[in-house]
Amino acid sequence: MEEHQEAGKEGKPSSTAVDLHGDSSLQVEISDAVSERDKVKFTVQTKSCLPHFAQTEFSVVRQHEEFIWLHDAYVENEEYAGLIIPPAPPRPDFEASREKLQKLGEGDSSITREEFAKMKQELEAEYLAIFKKTVAMHEVFLQRLAAHPTLRRDHNFFVFLEYGQDLSVRGKNRKELLGGFLRNIVKSADEALITGMSGLKEVDDFFEHERTFLLEYHTRIRDACLRADRVMHSHKCLADDYIPISAALSSLGTQEVNQLKTSFLKLAELFERLRKLEGRMASDEDLKLSDMLRYYMRDSQAAKDLLYRRLRALADYENANKALDKARTRNREVRTAESHQQLCCQRFERLSDSAKQELMDFKSRRVSSFRKNLIELAELELKHAKASTLLLRNTLVALKGEP
Amino acid sequence: MAAEREPPPLGDGKPTDFEELEDGEDLFTSTVSTLESSPSSPEPAGLAEDISTNSNGPKPAEVVLDDDREDLFAEATEEVSLDSPEREPILSSEPSPAVTPVTPTTLIAPRIESKSLSAPVIFDRSREEIEEEANGDVFDIEIGVSDPEKVGDGMNAYMAYRVTTKTSLSMFSKSEFSVKRRFSDFLGLHSKLASKYLHVGYIVPPAPEKSIVGMTKVKVGKEDSSSTEFVEKRRAALERYLQRTVKHPTLLQDPDLRQFLESSELPRAVNTQALSGAGILRMVNKAADAVNKMTIKMNESDAWFEEKQQQFENLDQQLRKLHASVEALVCHRKELSANTAAFAKSAAMLGNSEDHTALSRALSQLAEVEEKIDQLHQEQAFADFYMFSELLSDYIRLIAAVKGVFDHRMKCWQKWEDAQITLLKKRETEAKMMVANKPDKIQQAKNEIREWEAKVQQGERDFEQISKTIRKEVGRFEKERVKDFKTVIIKYLESLVQTQQQLIKYWEAFLPEAKAIA
Repeated sequence: MEEHQEAGKEGKPSSTAVDLHGDSSLQVEISDAVSERDKVKFTVQTKSCLPHFAQTEFSVVRQHEEFIWLHDAYVENEEYAGLIIPPAPPRPDFEASREKLQKLGEGDSSITREEFAKMKQELEAEYLAIFKKTVAMHEVFLQRLAAHPTLRRDHNFFVFLEYGQDLSVRGKNRKELLGGFLRNIVKSADEALITGMSGLKEVDDFFEHERTFLLEYHTRIRDACLRADRVMHSHKCLADDYIPISAALSSLGTQEVNQLKTSFLKLAELFERLRKLEGRMASDEDLKLSDMLRYYMRDSQAAKDLLYRRLRALADYENANKALDKARTRNREVRTAESHQQLCCQRFERLSDSAKQELMDFKSRRVSSFRKNLIELAELELKHAKASTLLLRNTLVALKGEP
Repeated sequence: MAAEREPPPLGDGKPTDFEELEDGEDLFTSTVSTLESSPSSPEPAGLAEDISTNSNGPKPAEVVLDDDREDLFAEATEEVSLDSPEREPILSSEPSPAVTPVTPTTLIAPRIESKSLSAPVIFDRSREEIEEEANGDVFDIEIGVSDPEKVGDGMNAYMAYRVTTKTSLSMFSKSEFSVKRRFSDFLGLHSKLASKYLHVGYIVPPAPEKSIVGMTKVKVGKEDSSSTEFVEKRRAALERYLQRTVKHPTLLQDPDLRQFLESSELPRAVNTQALSGAGILRMVNKAADAVNKMTIKMNESDAWFEEKQQQFENLDQQLRKLHASVEALVCHRKELSANTAAFAKSAAMLGNSEDHTALSRALSQLAEVEEKIDQLHQEQAFADFYMFSELLSDYIRLIAAVKGVFDHRMKCWQKWEDAQITLLKKRETEAKMMVANKPDKIQQAKNEIREWEAKVQQGERDFEQISKTIRKEVGRFEKERVKDFKTVIIKYLESLVQTQQQLIKYWEAFLPEAKAIA
């Protein structure tokens, strides 16, 4: 059991994503989580000395939908248009794991009791790992919000953290989901249109570079993430294959009457241990590589969204300019046009400034996170490879030493 | 009993028998010519030595046994009439000298050069040689199957393999030679050996299986990786098959085997084709055998046989299970390799996009590492397959051969039983004739009784002989199995160690790159 907890600690993407500037005035964590039927209940604990809160330490119970509500609230808030909104945590998905456990339960009479016990153990560990991951994802979302100087001051955030009752946020119904879907399509179409529009020239080299960069980067990191997932999956299958091999070798060993008896039994033990090592390697690859790629895929999408908002602001500004010119020529409603144009200009400049800062933060966050994870990945791979080598060598010595 | 050769009808060995050989079938022409053409050939001298050994120590009992064996073979040619015209000359015109000494060990000329031949990867024989030399059983022959070459075009095309023999055994005319053989030649060899030795209790190693799909691909000329893999798989299987066959001391002495290894031309074994007349006959016989097996109720007087049969049955089941699991392992490792390669590509792309220089470089390095790891996985999958999986499938088929041998013993017992029953009937007939007082019929009955008494005796002797042979064979088989498994397991584990060490190398090279990200 200890190793599971350890895996959980390593697994918290708080280590992947966030360089939380140690501001201790607001500390948020998910102190507990319970999985019930088809939902997960997270206990969000806050420690804060901020004057806004009634107490210094308090906790509430939240479900996934409430996190999504909070995220959407940020996204829809004009004030934060110039900021990268931390990506929402993915919905907890135990379907695959649950299905597998069920299939195992239905029983395959050809496997021995030991095999069954081992497979069950494996699946339960998998379930637990998924559970820990979802907790970590929800936690890092909150922690990034708490660390951001602007976002942490949001009223909805305070409500989310403090309000003891259920936020009565129902899950999006069909219409809303569809609406959200359509909105995304419109957004991408819009973006394409905007950039294609003659006259809308990107004035700033920095943003031009960032746009091309992010578009390509996002696609490629999504690809890399998918493929890393597949590698992890194959690796896991491989580790699972060792279970029946070990069992078969064990039966062979018990049946043999000659010198092969000890050889087979030793081999059975070896494969059992190798299985555990391979399994651990697979889950480390998952955490250090797959999860990291996945997080930055989402984060780069959030950055793209920021760029889009800025572009929209730029388009609005351009339009306002045109409207002003028109008004001036016709000499009608010039004042309104002027003030509108000024507003757009201010908005655009505000967005540009904060976006620049956000994007630079994004880069440094990304670089340091990749660095940390790649180093840890390499170190873990080395650790496991060395352990496997030792195990194999010991077995070889034992086998060769026999008559 | 590892009895090796049947003496010619004329009895004891004389060098003059070589002349007889010349009169024999064309099959031996080439062998004989090599014998004659190499003046300094060690063989005649060796044979002479053998002759002298034999003349010093033949035991009359053995000669009787050999005669019996000859009879057995004569019967064999009646029962299984697949290639009989080819077989009879083989049986009748044996060069004599290999008359059996009692112990199987001194069969091969003891004068062996201490050549340390490099054994092929899987069958490491150095320790074995020393061991056997200690027993006096020297085993010094190494077979390689290599250079698969496509011959011909279209549907008549086939693969020719080079069979190279390196040996210091005196029964071969040269110490190193090679011939070209095709797959059906191997099947033909096995079919001949099986028909001669299986039903007297020798465990004849089975030949690799046919594969219509695989061969069609090769014929059609697909040069893709799956047909190259198929050819390699077959080549390795053929090599292992020959290795196992020559390891068997009795089979090693067989002239068909020698001809297969040595002679440059081999008559085409058409009877191995599935749809030939012989092939269909084979299928019918197999079906008949299966039915018979079910109806034979043998009174097993020897618990050893029952025990051993049960043991082999269990072993068979367990090996099949293990084999299935290992096949899954091979499959998943191949998948892992493919997925790793795909990931390497996307990591490289990501590295290209990344605008932070140091991170970009690190990601490219990661891509390179992953590509190398993909190679590693592929190699490991090969090792998984060729060492582990193929060993298991070889033994699953070998055990089928062992089971076959036990079945032959049952048939032999049945024959004996039947003879006893018939004898009883004949005696009853005689008694009846005596009562009815028909003198000529009585004489006939008496003749028949004598005939069947001999057959009963023969049946008993055959049964005892096959039982004895099987005991020895099983002992030898088990010894071989232990050696085989141990050797292969160790080689396989070493391959796993190798993979891990490479992984360590790659990640150790990568680590500083990751740390260099500023």
